[in-house]
Amino acid sequence: MIILLAYVAIFVVAYVAVRQISGRLTHLWGVTARKTVTFGDESAVTSDRWASVISVITIFLLWGAFTGSKLTPFHVPGPFIGETSFTYTSENLDGTRDDATVAVLVFEVGAEGDFNPPEVEPGPGFAKNDSVKVGAWRSVLVRVDKNDESGREDGAKVVAIDGREVEPGDSVNVNSGTVTISSKGTPNFKPAEGWQMEPIWLPSPEAVVSRVAEIAQHGYQNSTLFQHVGWSLFRVVAGFVLGSLVGIPLGYAMGLNGWCRGWFDPIVEFMRPVPPLALIPLVIIWAGIGEFGKIILLFLAALWIMAIAARAGVSGVAISKVHAAYSLGANKFQILRRVIIPNSLPEIFTGARVAMGVCWGTVVAAELVAAERGAGMMIMVASRFQLTDIVIMGIILIGIIGFGIDILMRTTERWLIPWKGRG
Amino acid sequence: MQGRFGVKDPEPTFSWNFTNMSDLTIDCVSMRFNLPSGDSILALENISLDIKGGEILTVLGPSGCGKTTLLNIVAGFFSPTSGIVSLDGRPVTEPGPERGMVFQQGALFEWMNVRDNVAFGPSVKKLPKSEIDDIVDRLLEVVGLKDFKDKAIYELSGGMQQRVALARCLANDPEVILMDEPLGALDALTREKMQGLVLNLWDETKKTIILITHSVEEALLLGGRLLVMAPRPGRIHKEYRLPFAALGVGADLREIKKHDEFGPRRDEILSMIWDMEEEIMGRMETGM
Ligand SMILES: Nc1ncnc2c1ncn2[C@@H]1O[C@H](COP(=O)(O)OP(=O)(O)O)[C@@H](O)[C@H]1O
Ligand SMILES: [Mg+2]
Repeated sequence: MIILLAYVAIFVVAYVAVRQISGRLTHLWGVTARKTVTFGDESAVTSDRWASVISVITIFLLWGAFTGSKLTPFHVPGPFIGETSFTYTSENLDGTRDDATVAVLVFEVGAEGDFNPPEVEPGPGFAKNDSVKVGAWRSVLVRVDKNDESGREDGAKVVAIDGREVEPGDSVNVNSGTVTISSKGTPNFKPAEGWQMEPIWLPSPEAVVSRVAEIAQHGYQNSTLFQHVGWSLFRVVAGFVLGSLVGIPLGYAMGLNGWCRGWFDPIVEFMRPVPPLALIPLVIIWAGIGEFGKIILLFLAALWIMAIAARAGVSGVAISKVHAAYSLGANKFQILRRVIIPNSLPEIFTGARVAMGVCWGTVVAAELVAAERGAGMMIMVASRFQLTDIVIMGIILIGIIGFGIDILMRTTERWLIPWKGRG
Repeated sequence: MQGRFGVKDPEPTFSWNFTNMSDLTIDCVSMRFNLPSGDSILALENISLDIKGGEILTVLGPSGCGKTTLLNIVAGFFSPTSGIVSLDGRPVTEPGPERGMVFQQGALFEWMNVRDNVAFGPSVKKLPKSEIDDIVDRLLEVVGLKDFKDKAIYELSGGMQQRVALARCLANDPEVILMDEPLGALDALTREKMQGLVLNLWDETKKTIILITHSVEEALLLGGRLLVMAPRPGRIHKEYRLPFAALGVGADLREIKKHDEFGPRRDEILSMIWDMEEEIMGRMETGM
């Protein structure tokens, strides 16, 4: 909630600030051809580069601020670390009360072994002083009566915390934390959490970065980062290439021949809406969790997309082009090779981009389910061990690679079919 | 001999084939389209026509009167429901390189550059490379695109694209050139220039040309013979023999339009087509 509010606030403040600054600058540099109607004119809406930059920075700043990162200059309050104490009042059967102090040491998570509970004097009275230690974000049940002269077995019970009367189930704010009385009457101390996220929920950016370096060097689950990602990519490329090798000719056949279209249409139309993820269980049964099964799955994911793209490419050929080619003396084979195939390339490339995206998504999902290596397997195993930094690193990598694949396809497209959209 | 385009003698490897002055005969051609709804349309009814080798024929008529259908039958893309088309006595059954087509824009192969488009016909015939190069050079010179050989199609203006289309068709040295509204998408000025080019090409190559157009002026200027077609069913309504095409070769077409006969002819044909359109509208209103 706080994060959302902070995000919206930054959005608005940055907008106003950039507006102010760029308003001054355009005033200085003069204005070139300005449209007066921009709302509703899609072409007049250009993506503001400042907005993009600030947007990315904001995400990292918020991430850093809420995880206590050393990279960000400011943080939201973190969890309490250090020593604190509260007092409890015990009342025994005959109604006498006695106070004692509980000293608490709150240590950083993961640093347990380095600390011992603080030394305390037992103190006077039948209730004796106690001492516990607890990790930040955790809580500890303080068996205060354990060392008392009359404990729970003797009928004594805790009736007040820091002087405030309590019943089982009540909570009392104490110094740097909260004490809740359990149903059996034992105080449970939870140190103040602050606003920062616990590392097992969201590690700081530098933890993720150092994890990248570590896994790139030493690997995780018997493979280096490079190998995990490489295997995933290999599966995608292999599945995609096989799917294209079968799917494109299939699509051409369906676009050019009525018998083929009739024969394959029911199959393609049926398989198209089946999400490839739904095939994972069957593929595992048939082909196991090894490379073969993965590639079959990706082959199937790419196959229908490429077949449909190729078919659309054939039906997209303007009939006048085909007629012109026949009138110039071309035979069927020449028409296919020199008119239909080049003319369908734009459609095929659009299909290929979709297919690569789907394959990348599918391979990660398939690796999440079962694999010996791969980007998906890496984050799945890491999540079982609550290694959130690996999980986040994996997600970022998967995103970057997916984005990279799309950029690569687009560049190839522009290079191979420069006439696209300009016919 | 200095050619009309200021071009030197044709290269010895390439010259127009003047010997094939073949006659095109269209004999009692009818075409009925069966619509998916179960109805059928009689797009052409009993069209008969003799076109002498070297004639230039323009076809006018309201939309839907079957002009394109007729041209497609001559090209061999459709076989007529009844009747026969023959070129020099040989019946036409399928498309062939002796009947070249020029379409309205969009029929060029945009994945090839200008040179490869023009070379398409010769190269599917597997002519030797040097011969293809000669043909391409010569034709690009003829249509005035010598310097655009390596340009991509999408880099050319509409007028230039139609020049390429003309050159691509001529590269095959066809006996008949069929044009379906080839200048329909061009602006008025470019169109005028292209009309001159078509006339001059006709004169130089002595090809038989059938040209469909929507513009009455264009039909008058380019048609040694002019057909006006009427719709429902598609038929030949009226036929003219005109002097303007012959006069226009190498001349300023604007001067031709000032010819005494030009104005009256134009008005006559315009009102003829106007009446047909009125009739179509009337029929649509009465729900026929
Ligand atoms: N392939 C086709 N299938 C069904 N009807 C067609 C087809 N081609 C043309 N027609 C019909 O035939 C008539 C003549 O069409 P067309 O030759 O294109 O006319 P024009 O070129 O003179 O405008 C129109 O009514 C049209 O709807
Ligand atoms: Mg037409």
